[in-house]
Amino acid sequence: MIILITAAENKLEAEVDPRFGRSKWFALYETDDDSAEFVSNEQNLNAPSGAGVQAGANAAKTGAKVVITGNCGPKAFRALDAAGIKVVIGASGTVREAAEKFKNGECKYATDANVEGHW
Amino acid sequence: MWNCDDEGDVIICIGSGKGGTGKTTISTSLALALSKHDIPVQLIDCDVEEPNANLFLKASIHTKQPVKVMVPKIDEELCTHCNKCAEFCRFNSLVIYPDKTLIFPEMCHSCYGCIRICPVDAIKPESREIGRIEVGDAGKIQFADGLLNIGEARATPIISELKSSISPTHTTILDAPPGTSCPFVETARKSDVCILVTEPTPFGLNDLKLAVEVTEILGVPRGVIINCCDVGDDRVERYCEDEGIELLMKIPHERSIAEAYSKGINLVEAMPQYMKLFLELNDKLRRMAGRQR
Repeated sequence: MIILITAAENKLEAEVDPRFGRSKWFALYETDDDSAEFVSNEQNLNAPSGAGVQAGANAAKTGAKVVITGNCGPKAFRALDAAGIKVVIGASGTVREAAEKFKNGECKYATDANVEGHW
Repeated sequence: MWNCDDEGDVIICIGSGKGGTGKTTISTSLALALSKHDIPVQLIDCDVEEPNANLFLKASIHTKQPVKVMVPKIDEELCTHCNKCAEFCRFNSLVIYPDKTLIFPEMCHSCYGCIRICPVDAIKPESREIGRIEVGDAGKIQFADGLLNIGEARATPIISELKSSISPTHTTILDAPPGTSCPFVETARKSDVCILVTEPTPFGLNDLKLAVEVTEILGVPRGVIINCCDVGDDRVERYCEDEGIELLMKIPHERSIAEAYSKGINLVEAMPQYMKLFLELNDKLRRMAGRQR
């Protein structure tokens, strides 16, 4: 299964980016073989508005089933939820640590956004 | 309906850049001074996110009118999920998945682009209320203000609705919202002259420079009023001198002004000696706008 982890840099040792819509990178982590691919989210990082919505739509295109990030706003959550993507919020540490935690079943799915837009 | 392009009486925009510098004090003082001297005047509070001019004018409101904007509605039966609308929308108001569509109406800027670009005519316009405007009278002053609903992102449709009530036979005072983004631009555009109210602090100066840039781009002549002129430093004055920006008035930092303000009493009511200064200010503004009375 592919899980999407927001990342400050394009490496597994990078910190989890606390923001979803304006995260620098998306780490697409394949839990079956622990491989990872990094997709830039630079375009949304600098978007004047609608970053969360667009990042959500982009995440859906990657085929990820789960998004792991620090915080998620209401519009991004709605876009992800509509695509059937589960969201884990409150993640920290490195991308690799976040992936391990998920694999060990230590993550809880969010039922709603945890921050307002533009927080 | 009259619009600002037609030749009417002077439209004076009162902005600042930085918030809390005294826009409403100046706006309401000017309106009261003019009305006291039987000059037909209209005050429009364009700060629709935090209107406060009516705390001082206490106008009686006779008309309330909702402001509506167009947002798209997708007919799921017709939609082929081609994604052309979402690709077109630069505000990310639409998300099209292979099996469903999502609309984020609060992001929409009502450009009708998605409706025009849809190859199967699946998108229809729908109207959505985002706030309201109120029109009334405060003595001889014609008054209007607006209120953006909580959670809404776009103030500009309400401001442009307010500006459509500008009377060509009155001197119109537009009390602008703080900042220099879209709501200020929408208020200041097509004004005949703009007063920028600032305070002599580094923050006041920084934001004043941004506001001056906006008026330059809009081609609106501008002058500066320094409020609390005896605090801070002289950098605002030096900046105005260097840039050739007319210093229209200086108001000292006085406890009695603040005390009156805290009770909703306007500057010219609390200190009648300011009446004359505001009438002189009006003459200066008319000259700057290229109108002589």
